[in-house]
This record gives sequence, structure tokens and C-alpha cells, in this order.
Amino acid sequence: MSDVRFEAPSSLSEAVKILAGAKGPSRALAGGTDLIVQMENDLLEPDLIVDIKKIPELRAIKPEGGGFRIGATVTSMEMIEDASLCAKWPGVIDGVKLIGSIQVKGRATMAGNLCNASPGADSVPPLVAAGALARIVGPNGTRESPVEKIPVGPGKTSLAPGEIIESFFLPERPRNSGDAYLRFTPRTEMDIAVVGVAINLTLDSAGVCTQARVALGAVAPTVLLVDECANALIGTRVDEAAIDKMAAAAAAACKPIDDKRGTREFRIKITSVLAKRVAQKALERARHTA
Amino acid sequence: MSKKHHITTIVNGDEYEALCETRHTLLDVLRDELRLTGTKEGCATGDCGACSVMMDGRLVCSCLVLAVEADGKSIDTIEGMASGNELHPLQTKFLELNGLQCGICTPGFLIAARALLERNPDPTESEARYWLAGNLCRCTGYDKIIRAVLSAAAEMRGA
Amino acid sequence: MTTILKKPGFNPDRKYKIIGTSPVKHDGFDKVTGRAKFAADAFLPGMLVGKVLRSPHPHAILKRIDTTQASKVPGVKAIITRDDFPEIKQGTGGGDMTRLAMAREKVYWEGHPVAAVAATSESAAKKALKLIEVEYEVLPHVIDPVEAMSPDAPILHDYMRTKGAKGPDAEKPTNVVERHALGIGDVDKGFAEADVIVEGTFDTKPMHQGYIELQSCVANYSDDGQVDLWCCTQAPWVYRDRLTEILKIESSKIRIQQSELGGGFGGKTTFYLEPLSVVLSRKAKCPVKMTLTRVEVMRATGPVSGTQSTIKMGCKKDGTIVAVDSTLVFQTGPYTGSAFTNAPQAMLTRYDLKNVRTVSYEVVSNRPKVSSFRAPCVPQVVFGVEGLIDELATKIGMDPIEMRLKNAIVEGHKTIYGETFNRIGFVETLEAAKACDHYRAPVPKGQARGIACGFWFNRGGETTGSMNLAPDGTVTITLGTADVAGSRMSMAMMAAEELGIPVDRVRAVLADTHSLGYNRVTAGSRTTFSSGIIVVDSARKIITELCRRAAKIWNVPEEGVVFEDGVCRPASSNVGEFEPLSIKDIAHKTTYTMGSISGHSEMNVTGAGPGFAVHIVDVEVDKETGLTSVKRYTIIEDAGKAISPAQVEGQFQGAAVQGIGWALNEEYVYGSDGRLQNPGFLDYRMPVASDVPMIDTVIVEVPNPKHPFGLRGVGEVPLTPAMAAIGNAIGHAIGIRPRSLPMSPPKVLAIIEEARARGVLPAG
Repeated sequence: MSDVRFEAPSSLSEAVKILAGAKGPSRALAGGTDLIVQMENDLLEPDLIVDIKKIPELRAIKPEGGGFRIGATVTSMEMIEDASLCAKWPGVIDGVKLIGSIQVKGRATMAGNLCNASPGADSVPPLVAAGALARIVGPNGTRESPVEKIPVGPGKTSLAPGEIIESFFLPERPRNSGDAYLRFTPRTEMDIAVVGVAINLTLDSAGVCTQARVALGAVAPTVLLVDECANALIGTRVDEAAIDKMAAAAAAACKPIDDKRGTREFRIKITSVLAKRVAQKALERARHTA
Repeated sequence: MSKKHHITTIVNGDEYEALCETRHTLLDVLRDELRLTGTKEGCATGDCGACSVMMDGRLVCSCLVLAVEADGKSIDTIEGMASGNELHPLQTKFLELNGLQCGICTPGFLIAARALLERNPDPTESEARYWLAGNLCRCTGYDKIIRAVLSAAAEMRGA
Repeated sequence: MTTILKKPGFNPDRKYKIIGTSPVKHDGFDKVTGRAKFAADAFLPGMLVGKVLRSPHPHAILKRIDTTQASKVPGVKAIITRDDFPEIKQGTGGGDMTRLAMAREKVYWEGHPVAAVAATSESAAKKALKLIEVEYEVLPHVIDPVEAMSPDAPILHDYMRTKGAKGPDAEKPTNVVERHALGIGDVDKGFAEADVIVEGTFDTKPMHQGYIELQSCVANYSDDGQVDLWCCTQAPWVYRDRLTEILKIESSKIRIQQSELGGGFGGKTTFYLEPLSVVLSRKAKCPVKMTLTRVEVMRATGPVSGTQSTIKMGCKKDGTIVAVDSTLVFQTGPYTGSAFTNAPQAMLTRYDLKNVRTVSYEVVSNRPKVSSFRAPCVPQVVFGVEGLIDELATKIGMDPIEMRLKNAIVEGHKTIYGETFNRIGFVETLEAAKACDHYRAPVPKGQARGIACGFWFNRGGETTGSMNLAPDGTVTITLGTADVAGSRMSMAMMAAEELGIPVDRVRAVLADTHSLGYNRVTAGSRTTFSSGIIVVDSARKIITELCRRAAKIWNVPEEGVVFEDGVCRPASSNVGEFEPLSIKDIAHKTTYTMGSISGHSEMNVTGAGPGFAVHIVDVEVDKETGLTSVKRYTIIEDAGKAISPAQVEGQFQGAAVQGIGWALNEEYVYGSDGRLQNPGFLDYRMPVASDVPMIDTVIVEVPNPKHPFGLRGVGEVPLTPAMAAIGNAIGHAIGIRPRSLPMSPPKVLAIIEEARARGVLPAG
């Protein structure tokens, strides 16, 4: 017996209409790599699944205003295969590359990674560091939201009933910008971040940091965008002292828990270590991009 | 009342039809409905790669695809890897170099390795290891699998 | 039938044509094309799907089960509970077995079966499971074995008294199944002679065998009471006899056919779904297929014992180990079965020690019953033993291999458990390790090296098999042991070698339990040795018969015929001038001689040659995160004689990577509620391909004098030293050797900080 209604509309308005009209628990299906696992493990029993992959405008990566618009159903592999995106936003790609296996990346999307609202989602810290905006479509129209405003706690988002993510916007980058993401996991692959750190920074022609965003994953109920970290870098040449100060601010900002994937104490220590390594990587990239 | 979905899928070049519930995965339908049991279930959560198949040319875990999503898609499974009596070079190398012990992970490794070589005909050891990180093997320690993949790649390049 | 292995021993002068080559495995073709039939690949007409309801509590009284509502779900054909199983007294072997299959008075672990449903679809079965009402009276639980020994620990079984216990507490209810003491000499006197003494307490966590194939079975209970059971198992005959015991069905009515085995490593020596599927099929009057999910495999099938070992060891300045004292604690599940006595017997067996004391305890706990895993209970303890030897070697400034050579045992050694060894190859293995490229290479900058040694008895035991000669001269073998990694091919090779025919003319298949007599479980590295002897014996019976037939064809006396290089020929010209007869020539004429030719053999095989290994590993430890990367790994091990070297290497390599997993990340993480927190591959963290390097191998061949080809088992030995070798390498990298498995980043980082505080690791 099939108790779960399945719809695969071909337009965004239709998808929104179906989801907004849902009475019981409903889910939009993009890559399915979290949704199907939760159903398999009996953690989720939706009444309605709406496959949004047949909606054309959700499926593309397009240049827009010097940056990129990435549709909600674009898979990780499609992003990894987009050379211009990889060249411009390598830190975002760092995160996307870490979402599961090649098989999983063949299906998984950033929108799903974000809406699953796991504090350890690998694509979220780099999106937040990038200042990415999510375009959300719902019964009351379209709105734009900074990515960091979408998850509000583990498994919870700020999306209203019937709302879905339509796309992400990665803005145009000034010259000499670099971003990077690293996570700590005991295994090299197929693991969930114990800590994740993303840094996006811009240097001026003299090598002084003019803009920075630092985002931390898996150390709080949601990804943290830490202004103190950014402030530690801005106005410096991102030298060792500045990086140390930024790393200390990152450690101070952590509010992690003890769980099967790591202890509180360990997470705080690793945050500081990763923050330093990511800063070096982002700096290196900023220096080498035109 | 109950409603099953009728799906039509091209598997290894042949058209198949099946009925499925929404919660059935592509893996469920391949195995239980089409009886193509070469695709294996090891976890049903995308963590072992034993159910790897190609869907419209893309490597995926069939346990992470709803069967209804496969409607109208083209699926390639292990059963279609050899062409006629001719084994794929990867299959031959897995045999010759003992790249399998119990064999339960083998179909998934072969499908994933073929996808690697189609994309990168000359992978390094490290590239092969990272590409295949989504495929768990508990018998071999991966050594002979990786050697088989690299050796098949060399043979396919004519090296 | 009598055994005719005329020269059962090893013949050093024999030259091989097939043994020692690595032909493509016959079973490989179906495995690379997807046609190999594993347990879950079977379908029967009218088959139902069975699912299990499991306890959410680690310890509770099972007060009431009500299946009324569940049985009303459309499509449900049978529901079974404890009431469908015969009562067998608690505290007996059968009583334990039936309670493991289906809870009776209490549930003993999170995941303990309390009911099962057979229905026309999985959805219907799952819907019914949700409607089964179970009333539990939750009890305090205990999982850690040391806690389970404390006087105020929750008691699992009121009836349990410690076997082997002495003193006033011997009559009190306890969680300690058994106290086992084993030793020689005078430990106090030994320590008095020591120049250096080290001691430590080591602990290891439960880890899972991690086979990729989910347990699955199809049972068909026919109306005349005949059971046909298809399943993945390392022990068809053991399953049959246990089903006979707990279901009271005669063995002649239970036919078990093993499927391809998708990994076992000891974990498929105990049944889980099989009794449930049989009872469901009997009740539903349909075949029933049951398959575990990965979560069920993790929650409800055999992880290995968690352990704690407290070991003290002393040596003289010249490296002679003079005394070892140890107290060992082994966690089992709710019932005995950890095989913990392996540990005191094997932990030191490779060193010539005069003074040893061991006291071992097996302790019940609220987790699934322990199941075997490569050298059950030994690697956990070797982690401590080889760690302390390494510490002693460091303290006296001796090379770690030299230290082991100084104490190594040789032929004629009488073990602590009473066996006297025949020819063994430990010294040769150590010498090969010393000479290998890896050990001779300098340790790369930023890395550290560890070595450790291991031993396993290797096993024989009851084994039967048959060999049939077809009229076209080809040969089939029916094996009673399971093929866990390629033994069908090894058997075909041994038969072909003995019969002098190409290996492609031989095929080996796996028997069902009706086709052969009893076969002991396929475990303990016994298969290639034991079934190998059966195969050689069967082949020699065929050869004897071939000679008899040739004599008949030539009309000469039987003793006038000899068999050489695959043909019968006259023993001498005195017998007469005859063209040699090949196997094929004779097979073709069996209708006209005395009928078909076959060989059969059954033995309680003895003479398994012990095996020894040395592991060398180079690691790099990230001193900021505690993350360990294995950079280079070499296994040096005595295989006696490698029948198929590629398969032997595969055993070494697979074990090494299992050891890397156990050493670095794999563990069962329980919450304070006694529930498993990481019941899946994602969070259980077995090594993936990118986590490990190539695994180098050196096969040492010191023939086992008790096997015609000299072979020794190779499956268990290569796991035994793995965690110890990695622990030693990490210890050298960070200044203090970890004493707790897994040596995961948080633990290693804490040790790094301690090492810096103690000044044994430079800062920065």
C-alpha cells in the first residue's frame, strides 16, 4: 500500500501550490540523500513528497550580475564540474566536494544540505562565508534570505509551510578574493564534520584584508557567522598574529555539544586549529586569484 | 485507497515496467520486482556503495533514488557491464588480480570504477582511492581492488 | 570410511604444478557479473516478507505482548512471539540460544527480538510491527564489563554463579560467568629477577565484524514438517543442530543450503533470523524471507568483546622476559560465548616464558551476544602485551625485533595450555621482517614506526567432503566448509595437484546439510587446512580406485599399476606393455568396470600448524588534531605453504585494514540509556579506500609437517598484532603509547597534551 502521495510538478508555481495545500507532513524532494535515509530509518513519514527536479528553472547554474545563480536542484557533481564556478568560489566547492561519496554527490544538492538543517552540513559554512543569498518561493511570493538565516536549529528551518528554495546567489567577487573550507573528520571521506570552518576574504593591492567572513559548522545548533573572527582579520595583512587572534575568536564563539562524533572540548580545540589552516588556504587563494 | 506507481525504465538498454510504492527505492525495484539482484544492498542509506548504478549516465546509489524518480530514466547495472561474452576490462582485472573475495561489494565497485575511468582514463592511486571512497569493502583492504582499477585503466588506455 | 592418506605428512621433495600459483577463482566470474547468488538474492513462489519487532530497552522484564491489532493488518499472515517457541530451561545452552532468538522472560539488549511478523509486503509487516503492544518493566542496565563486575551492578540473571570462583562470594548472583586461571612457574620469583618492570591497563571497545552482506534467509516449512532453509552462514550444520535443539525439529527434516557468503569474519557463525523465519513459515504456511537492515545488524548481531587487560611484565637487561602477570576481563552479551579462554592461551604464545600468571573473567552485559571475529578475544589482549614488550624494548634500548627474537619459541616448545609445537616458523618470520624493505628503510621524517607480533593456534575439527569423477574425466568436489574468501578454488587446486589434471577440470561446490555429514563451523582459520586434508584424502581414494580399474582393464594385479602425473601406468615392464591410461580414459569406461568413481572423506582433522605474524607500520600523527594516518604497512606471516599466494595476500591485507579500523575509529558508542548511538556505516567509521595505503605482504613458508602441502591457516593471525603495531607507532610518534582503543583523535590529542606536559614530546 502506498500511503505517501508523490507529485513531480513541472512548474514552480504548481510545486508551491501542492506543498502549500498539504495537510500532513510534506517534503520537497531534490537529491533525496537525506530525505530517503530518514524515511528508511523510520525517522520521517511524510504524507506527501514533491519532486522538484522537473522544474526547469531550478536545474541550472547561470551567470548573474558577475556572480552565479545556482538552482536548487543542481547537484554537487554538477557544481564540481562547472569550471568557472570552481575557479571563482573554490571554498564553496571545497564544501560541496565533501558531501558524501561520488554517488551521493551525484544526487545531493546545496538546497537539501541547507534545509536538512544539520549543524554539520558541509556546504553551509562556505555559503555563509560567501555571503550567499537564497531565493525562496512560497505561497506569498518570492523572498531573498541570507543563507545563515535559514537553519534555526538542528532539523529546523525558517521556511514557512509551502516555501521552497528556488536558487542560491553567489555574488560577484572583488579581485584578490579567496575562500576556503576545511572540516575535521576521523575518516578521509564518508564522514560528518566534527568541526567545519569556512573563511572568505578579500585583500587590497597592498595585501591588506578589506573584507572577511568566517563561518563555523558543527560547533553550535546552527552554522555560526562570527564577526569577531572577521574583525580580527580585516585591516591586517592576515599575518600570524591576526590569524591567531581570529582562531582564538573562533574558539571563543563555539558552543558545541558532546555527542557520538566528538566532545565539546575536542571541538573547541579543533575549531582553532582548523581556523588557522583555513585562513592560510583562503589567503593563498586570494593572493593567486586575479 | 492504495495507489502504486507505474514506472517505465530502460535498464541496460531494455525497457522494463514495474509497479512501486512511493517509498520503494530504485534498489528495491531492481532487486525485488525486476529480479536484477546483481545490485546489492549493504546499508540502504548511501554509505556503502554496494547498490551503485548509473542513472542517465550519472553514478548514484540506487538506495537513494526513489523508484518513481527512475520513471523514464536510463539505468545501467552490473548485469549490463559485460558486452556479450566479452567481460569489461575492469571485470577481467578484478578476476586476474584477485580484486574480490566474498564478492558482495564487487558489483558496486565495478560500476563506480567504470564511471571513474570514463571520466578520468589515467587516475592516480590517490584519485582512485578517493573516487571509490563511497564503496566499502571489508575483505580485501582495498589493495587489490585499487591495483585492478589502475591496471584496467592502463590496459584501456593501451598503455 | 577409512582414511587412506598414506603419507599424510608434508613431502619436502615434491614439486608442484598448481599449488603456489594464483589462478582466477572459479566463483569469481559470477561475482563480477552480478550473477552470484547471495542470501538476499533468493525468491520462492508465494514468498512472504518477515520483519522483527525489537526491544527499545537494554534490560527489561517482558510483561505482556498483545498482537491482536497487528494481526488485523491486511496482508499479515503470521505473528510469532515467545509463545511460539518451546520452553527450554534458563542457564542451559539451549535455553540461552532460544532466548537469544526470541526474548522470553526479559529483554537483554536494545534490539532483542520480542516478536516477528510475516506479511505479503514489507509495508504491511512494518505496519503490523507498530501495532504490536508490548509492556516492559524497565530495569537498570550495565554494558561496561568492569562495571558489570562491581558488587552493586544490575544483575542480568539471578541464577548465575561464577564458574571457577572461590571464596565467600561464590554463591552470590553475579554477572561473572567464569573465572579462568592459567599459568606456569612462579611469577613473584620471576619479577624478582627482572631489571625492568612495566605495567598497564588497556581497554578495548566492542567493534563489529562489518561484513557488507546483510544477514538474510528464506525458510520454507512444508506441510510434512520438512524445513528448507537458505541463508548466509559459516556454519550450516551448527545452525541445523541448534534449530533441532530449540525448535524440536529432527535434523533429518532440516535442510540448510548456504548461499554465497558476503563476508562473515566470524559474525555469521550464530543464527539470528533463521529460527524466526522457520517458525513464521510454519505458522503462515508459506515461504518466508527475512533480511536484516544495517541498523539491525549493528544493534542486534555480534560485536566482539569489549575488554580490559591489566598486565605487568618484567625483563632482564639482555631482553629476556622473566615474568608476566595479567588480569583480563571480557565482555560477552547476555550469555556466555565469547571464547575468552583463547586469550590467556594465545596472548603470550610465541615467547618462551617460564613465569606466567593469568586470571580471566567473562562477564555478561546488556548488549548483543558476542560473536566470533578473527581470532576471538586475542587481538584485544595482544594490544596490551605487545605494547608492554615495546615499552620494555625501549627502556633497555633494544631493537624491537631483536627483543622478540631473544624470546622467540621454536619447534618443541610446550605451550602454557599444554600443547607441544611441531615445526613452527616464528623465528623465520621475525628474520624475514628484519630483512624486509620496510624495516630496513629509514623512518620518513614526521612519521613513526611500530611493530608487533601475533599468534593464532589455527584449527582443525570435524570435516567431511566428497569428490566425484565424471565420465569425461572432470572432477567435482562437494564441500562442507563454507567459502569465506576463496576456499572452493584452493580445494580445486589441491585436487587438481593431487590428480595431475588442470585446475579447470575441477569444480568445487558448497554442500547442503543433507548431502554430507557434520562439519564444524568454518572459523578459526581451519578451512583450507581441514577441507584441504579431506580433499587430498578423497583424491587419493580416487587414485587408488583408478589403479584398481586400470588393473581390471589390463587384467593385471592391482599392485602392478602405479599412478603418476595424472595417468595410470604399469609399475614395471614385468607387468606388461600397456599404453598409460589417463583419468579421462578410465572415467570413460567406468560403466564397464565397476561403476562410477568417487572419493569421500570424513575426519576430525588434527595437526593444524600454528601461525605467526609480524606487522610493521609507519604512521603520521597530526599533533594539532590527534589524527593518525597510516602511511605504510607490511605484514610478514608464515603461511606454511601458500596454495594461492594472491588469496593469502588478500587475507593479510583485509585483516590489516580491519585492524586499522579497530585501532583508529571503530567502536560501539552507547548512550547513558544503553542504546547504541552509531548503528550505521556513517558513524561506525570503517576504513574507506582513501583512508589506507597499499598493504605490503611477505609470505613466509615454513611447512606444516602435518599437512600434505605444508599449509597453515592464515585468516586469524593477521589481525592479532594490528592494533598493537599501530599503537606502538603512535606511541613512538607522540611519546606516550595509547592504552585505549580506538586511538581516535580526541584520545590521541589528550595524550599529546599529556606528553607535552610531561616533557616527553617537544612543544609545537
